[in-house]
Amino acid sequence: MNSLLFLIPAALLLGGLGLCAFLWAVRDGQFEDLDGSATRILYEDETPLPKRHT
Amino acid sequence: MPLDSLTTHCRHCGQPLLGAATERGAFCCQGCAGAYTLIHDLGLDAYYDRRPAEAAAPAVADDGDGADPLLGLPDAVAVAPDGSCLLRLSVDGLHCGACLWLIEAAVTKHHPEVRSARANLTTRCLTLRWTGTPTQAVEYARLVTGLGYRVAPFGGAGAGADPAAAQERALLRRLALAGFAAANVMLLSVSVWSGADAMGDATRTLLHWVSALIALPTVAIAGQPFFQSALAALRAGRTNMDVPISVGVLLTTGMSVVMTVQHGEHAYFDGAVMLLFFLLVGRYLDSRARGRARSAAAHLLALNQAPVTVLGADGLPQVLPPARVPLGATVLVAAGERIGVDGTVAEGVSDLDASLVTGETLPLAVTPGAQVFAGMINRTAPLRLTATASGEGTLLAEMVRLLEAAEQGRARHVLLADRIARAYTPVVHLTALATFLAWVFLGSAAWYQALLIAVSVLIITCPCALALAVPAVQVAASGRLMRQGILLKSATALERLAPIDTVVFDKTGTLTLGRPDLVADPTLAAEELEPAARLARASRHPLSRALARAAGPGPVADGVVEVPGGGLRWMGPQGFVRLGSRAFCGVADSANGGVDEGRAGPELWFTRCGQAPRRFLFADRPRRDAAAVVAELKAAGYRVELLSGDRAVTAQALAAEVGIDIVRADARPADKCAHLAALRAEGRNVLMVGDGLNDAAALAAADVSLSPASAVDVTQTAADVVFQGDGLAAVAETLAVARRARALVRQNLAFTLLYNLCAVPVAIAGFATPFVAAAAMSGSSLAVMANALRLGSKKPRDGGY
Repeated sequence: MNSLLFLIPAALLLGGLGLCAFLWAVRDGQFEDLDGSATRILYEDETPLPKRHT
Repeated sequence: MPLDSLTTHCRHCGQPLLGAATERGAFCCQGCAGAYTLIHDLGLDAYYDRRPAEAAAPAVADDGDGADPLLGLPDAVAVAPDGSCLLRLSVDGLHCGACLWLIEAAVTKHHPEVRSARANLTTRCLTLRWTGTPTQAVEYARLVTGLGYRVAPFGGAGAGADPAAAQERALLRRLALAGFAAANVMLLSVSVWSGADAMGDATRTLLHWVSALIALPTVAIAGQPFFQSALAALRAGRTNMDVPISVGVLLTTGMSVVMTVQHGEHAYFDGAVMLLFFLLVGRYLDSRARGRARSAAAHLLALNQAPVTVLGADGLPQVLPPARVPLGATVLVAAGERIGVDGTVAEGVSDLDASLVTGETLPLAVTPGAQVFAGMINRTAPLRLTATASGEGTLLAEMVRLLEAAEQGRARHVLLADRIARAYTPVVHLTALATFLAWVFLGSAAWYQALLIAVSVLIITCPCALALAVPAVQVAASGRLMRQGILLKSATALERLAPIDTVVFDKTGTLTLGRPDLVADPTLAAEELEPAARLARASRHPLSRALARAAGPGPVADGVVEVPGGGLRWMGPQGFVRLGSRAFCGVADSANGGVDEGRAGPELWFTRCGQAPRRFLFADRPRRDAAAVVAELKAAGYRVELLSGDRAVTAQALAAEVGIDIVRADARPADKCAHLAALRAEGRNVLMVGDGLNDAAALAAADVSLSPASAVDVTQTAADVVFQGDGLAAVAETLAVARRARALVRQNLAFTLLYNLCAVPVAIAGFATPFVAAAAMSGSSLAVMANALRLGSKKPRDGGY
């Protein structure tokens, strides 16, 4: 049962890290515009898309 | 840039090409050519490759005279203490990822002082931060308008964040916290249950203490929305679903703390946090679904506040907010600008897009003396107006007030879940009290033991499944509808849709497409249509476009002159050729142009030297599946009505075409409201489907309302449900899903009742251990959710239920 003494804090620490990362993302506004983010991922400024042939 | 010499579409907006060409490519108008040049010079040509094929760039309005309404922008800039400026702009015409990219790239490209430019597709808003002076705002805004987007300060006050959005973010943070706690506490609880026999008291108490350390802050923070709502309800002398939830959570936590302190065997922390997590999921999804409605309302507000250009006494133009325009002032309206005040035309001839105010899709020709209203868009030529009403006095503001008044009646609808909670709460609490008394007096148990059993009754009856029964179905139903382009804006819309027995349709834009089409005429030969179409292809007026559509692709006449409010004129080899109104073409009132005079509707006349004038008739066609949907609704037992502001003849003709028997025509907005009120007084549950601003109040007065996504903003704000697409099938689908959802909600409620009937005797008998409680609570919640998910998979319209 001694292993619990470090396993529980380790589990809580890892879970807490995930929670902090998520809270940071919310505070940073990453969930403000889900529609926009879904399309933004398609555009990369450095590599222009191939020209559309019509 | 190599250009295809056979380009048939405008290189900027993608409209079929009708007008002159420039050396840079072919454009439909000066504005588009300007926008293309701007984009090209900024090196952002990739925009044209990136935008979705079906999404055209916004058509650019030509500049008119008068002062720029953007000059009022610096007032809306918020200056931070460190000297940086912040401006939030509402951007009209923002509709795809390529737009976001274009605007952000255009503003930041040659402006190193702009620290960040971030466009938001959900709220149609652009947030700009830069170092410098507030006056630079005009420069940036002009860049965006040069690209073809219309801008206005967002929601008035510069940096003010939307309180509802902040609330939603807080909900998300609480959800994350509850999820973290539920997962970790459950891990600890599982080890307690699985080691129940082998585990020593000290280890179990340690695990309980760790659980308590996680659960107590979580309950205190994540439970706040429920506690606040329960407290507010109790203060008002009512109960809602949050009251039993709060009581359950607090009792569970409190008893578990007591147990932990006393080294007891049973702690229920897992149940408390799991309950909060499930409930917060439901609440967050609910609030997200309503976010779109909120941004539409904010958009409307921004349009209202676009500043107005007033000609001052000294003859200099001056920019004022619409509410501060003095009566009798001379207001300049550029072509392409939205009119900000009610007034009369003092100078100028133009065509106005009046669809926001009248619901009429054909442009309105105005000449000096004509009355115009705030919200109309000036299309062809600059105008000077004399203001007769501004701000709150305008017809637009009046309509919005009518709308708000009608909406108040709807607030009376009480959610099914709250109605159940009213009956549920006293029963549960009385049962717990009876259990306590019975154990003390009949079972002769010690009082604290009896208290523990009574509390476990409250815990096991804590309405987790009951609180999820309705939202789970609503989330599944709105997800299913959203995949088909139907947006549920109001939380109670599904519940109000289920008992509907009467469907009332508006005519223009709802049953019909809201756009004119050339009426087929057997006497009309292609040789007559083609010369007219050559002129028509040079114009963007809806009637010209209908004529060009009917004639198909072909050559365009060179040097066509568009006379605002009249028509098109072209100097041909045989003299003047005219296409336009009867008066413009100089046709006598008695001439009938070869078409049956009995037919009425929008018309164009076509005159050439030496030939008889020719008349083209147009009509608004019904949507392609209108008749099928009406038949389907009638077959399903709905009473279908047509309620139109149009003339009786037109309304009757359309009703006959789509198969509606009950018609009411010539209805003004107030008549529409009255008619709906009368229907409701008869005990009917009325669904109103409409699209114009003149329908907005009627939409709010009905039990529930639908509006197509092509409808004006105000109307979409008033409607409970907004559907996209060309067809009306969404109406039948929404009603079908609502009825199916009602059936599932009833099943869920019956299930939770059954669950309580089974679980409560166990708790009363004193057998409710934490394991039993957690298993029963999560089991019933999952069963309810699984049942709700059936709505997403099954096809209710073929299912026959």
